[in-house]
Amino acid sequence: MTSAIGDGPAPLDLSGITVRFGSFTANDAVDFSVGRGEIHALLGENGAGKTTLMRVVAGLIIPQEGTIRIDGRPVRLASPLDAAAEGIGMVHQHFMLISTLTVAQNVCVGIAKAGRVFPDLAKVARDLEEIGARYGLQVDPHALVGSLSVASRQRVEIVKALYRGARILVLDEPTAVLAPQEVDGLFRVLRMLAEAGTAIVFISHKLGEVMALSHRVSVLRHGRLVATKPTADTNPAELARLMIGEDLVLPTVDGAHTPGQVAIETRGVSLRDELGVTRLSDVSLAARSGEIVGVAGVDGNGQQQLAEILAGLQAPAAGAVIMASPSGPVDVSRSGPGRRIALGLAHIPEDRHHTALVDMSIADNAVLDSIDRPPLARRGFLAHRAIRAFATRLIAANDVRCTGPEQGVMTLSGGNQQKVVLGRALAHDPRVIVAVQPTRGLDLGATAFVHRQLLAEREKGAAIVLVSTELDEVLALSDRIVVMFAGRIVGAMSRAEVTLERLGAMMTGQAA
Amino acid sequence: MSSSEAAGPSPSSALAGRSEFVSSLLAVVLALAVGAVLILAWGASPVTAYAALLDGAFGSWNSLGETLLRAIPLTFTGLAIAIAFRGGTFNLGAEGQLFLGATAAAWVGLAIPTLPAPLLIPAMIVTAAFVGALWSLLAGVLKLRFGANELITTIMLNYIAILFVSYLLRGPLQEAAGYLPQTERLSANARFPALIAGTRLHLGFLLALAAVVLAHIALWHTSWGFKLRVVGLNARAALNAGYNVRLLTLSAFVVSGVLAGLAGYMEVVGVQRRMIENLSPGFGYTGIIVALLGQTSPFGVLAAAILFAGLQVGGSTMQTASGVPSTLTTIIQGLVVLFVIGRGAVDLFLARRGAK
Ligand SMILES: Nc1ncnc2c1ncn2[C@@H]1O[C@H](COP(=O)(O)OP(=O)(O)OP(=O)(O)O)[C@@H](O)[C@H]1O
Ligand SMILES: [Mg+2]
Repeated sequence: MTSAIGDGPAPLDLSGITVRFGSFTANDAVDFSVGRGEIHALLGENGAGKTTLMRVVAGLIIPQEGTIRIDGRPVRLASPLDAAAEGIGMVHQHFMLISTLTVAQNVCVGIAKAGRVFPDLAKVARDLEEIGARYGLQVDPHALVGSLSVASRQRVEIVKALYRGARILVLDEPTAVLAPQEVDGLFRVLRMLAEAGTAIVFISHKLGEVMALSHRVSVLRHGRLVATKPTADTNPAELARLMIGEDLVLPTVDGAHTPGQVAIETRGVSLRDELGVTRLSDVSLAARSGEIVGVAGVDGNGQQQLAEILAGLQAPAAGAVIMASPSGPVDVSRSGPGRRIALGLAHIPEDRHHTALVDMSIADNAVLDSIDRPPLARRGFLAHRAIRAFATRLIAANDVRCTGPEQGVMTLSGGNQQKVVLGRALAHDPRVIVAVQPTRGLDLGATAFVHRQLLAEREKGAAIVLVSTELDEVLALSDRIVVMFAGRIVGAMSRAEVTLERLGAMMTGQAA
Repeated sequence: MSSSEAAGPSPSSALAGRSEFVSSLLAVVLALAVGAVLILAWGASPVTAYAALLDGAFGSWNSLGETLLRAIPLTFTGLAIAIAFRGGTFNLGAEGQLFLGATAAAWVGLAIPTLPAPLLIPAMIVTAAFVGALWSLLAGVLKLRFGANELITTIMLNYIAILFVSYLLRGPLQEAAGYLPQTERLSANARFPALIAGTRLHLGFLLALAAVVLAHIALWHTSWGFKLRVVGLNARAALNAGYNVRLLTLSAFVVSGVLAGLAGYMEVVGVQRRMIENLSPGFGYTGIIVALLGQTSPFGVLAAAILFAGLQVGGSTMQTASGVPSTLTTIIQGLVVLFVIGRGAVDLFLARRGAK
């Protein structure tokens, strides 16, 4: 695909950008540019410096060295307002919307265009609808952001950027949170925007997406730019090599398996949400020691709720959750996560910021669920040395790229945060693992690592419930697959029986 | 709340690394600077006024004693609010807990006045702590049981507590003479010895220091404090990690109430020697500012308490020496709050300035 890149100076041109955090260099003399109407993909391992570079563009970080040019003009971007004034819009890896405000109100925050003191919300709403219609980005301006699905929040972020007159649009891992159909929708929008002349930076770990969407690809490794190529002149294998410096094979589960006893089980579980909508109805699912049960389905069909019920974050309205214990099966329906953790449960939640991580150091997060156990604490007093040692081991074992256990976990790159969550979950030989989208936001190498870890736990006899919207992942790892649709399990099959057609039909609710 | 949060490094990463200590210091300096402008506008010299303020607060053994004396209740209420805050709850009820704790302690002291000091003092301390904790726990239970926001319940409970104390002091607990809304004087067994001869500073200051050290240890070196901080930062993650979040939340209310109750006890045995209706000029509320300025860390709270006590004590000397009304110190306290809260804006302002 050759681009419709316009002539003249590039809308965005970075040269020699260097960003250091203390002694750590996150971006090392990076050159990067995007042309008019170009979609430029930015690739790199977790912690390679992609987000950092784009935070520079968004005015969130002032680089120690380097020049930013907009349309050929050197500019100084000292705040997000400066960046917005230059026509730069960013859709962050972690969204930046206020959930208690409506879409229109969110769009107004911090901009003069909407009216200085009292924003003209009606006018903003009309403008948003107009933008939405033009690019096929349906959003309801009056909806509360908190009530929106992840995909629609992302549309809000894009519409917000466009409303503010973005000519340069940066999207940091926008597809990580989307279901496949939603990805198609996003791509249509981005292509349309590019046609209209917008310069787009697209970050993703999925090579297929990069190949399908972008005009050019740049690869960062350890903060350095290692290549910039027209997409047409490269291929996924080469890109993977550039990113991680070696060839990569994703592991798969081996066919032979002799599962043991049932380790966790739901019996006829149902759940309604606060609004009274049925989220789960009559779900029965069992996972045996030494097997991986994949839960497939389009996002939002109850997988999240099922995982929360297994983990003890929600109590079912009806039905029971049973876990194995040394003294036989116990009903844990009414007990919270504490009891289940004691029985050997580990939960890798979908939304790590809300459920798994706390704004403290890596070390503190590493011991979050085991702080009461010796040697981490004795007689109620923390053993700081033991905590540090534990965290240091976890960092090494999981290849967390950081400056040390004292680093704040929120300053880690998204993928490295996930490694902390995962390392913690697997640190105490769990008997049951509930893993929800465990490789979301992870690079190829880290994904392979997680897959190997889960398979190793299976070998050791853990029962694993793997919830994922990535079919490849479910297919590669599962001994058995169940499919969820509209809050029910609509089908179950063993590895041998799986065909893509059958899966696809079940996921869309067409077959049982 | 399922919100889309702005996680990740703080937006002004260019300025990350500025410690909380510096930002508190900056708030104080800015507040004093604005105060200086006001003094000029008043027609006095800021140098003279501030020198008098400093002298009045720390210039002699006596003034130092008065300042530290005033810092005792502020340290306790500051700690009370700081610990609650670390656990994710806003205890605005320290004032009411203080009044009830003080009254209960006075009642014990008056009921068994002849008990020897080594028994009577602990009995009064335990009573004050217990009653303060109970009153605070009530807000905690209302929150967990009915989802009542403690910002509102604790303030309403303040009114109930303070009015109830007024009733007691005009009724059942009133002194025999019956003129003023106050109790009888406590017996000598119940009082605290002076710490520095010739000043009013009493043993309670050492107890305040001990409370600071204990709070520091509890927050940073015990698994209770660790879990409490986790609950305060992210209750859902705490739940997911298997913590008993409800119990931890209640424990924050309890500890907070204990500390507020002790603040009242200190005033009763150390300053008034009896329970009076106007025991506290708002220590429970000033404690909120103290906790904020102290960045909710125990040693920070101690420093902030001494600073605020100094402002309040030095104010009258300033008025006498330079004619600047002592209410200026109230304005300075208010400005400190504004600058602490407005820290983010200050950072942003400096960043933009520096970048241009
Ligand atoms: N505020 C900060 N302080 C210290 N280190 C930081 C800070 N922000 C980022 N880093 C470090 O910079 C490196 C690059 O992080 P960045 O978020 O740019 O990675 P990324 O390429 O976006 O990775 P991912 O694919 O996992 O999102 C990481 O090692 C991270 O720990
Ligand atoms: Mg990133």
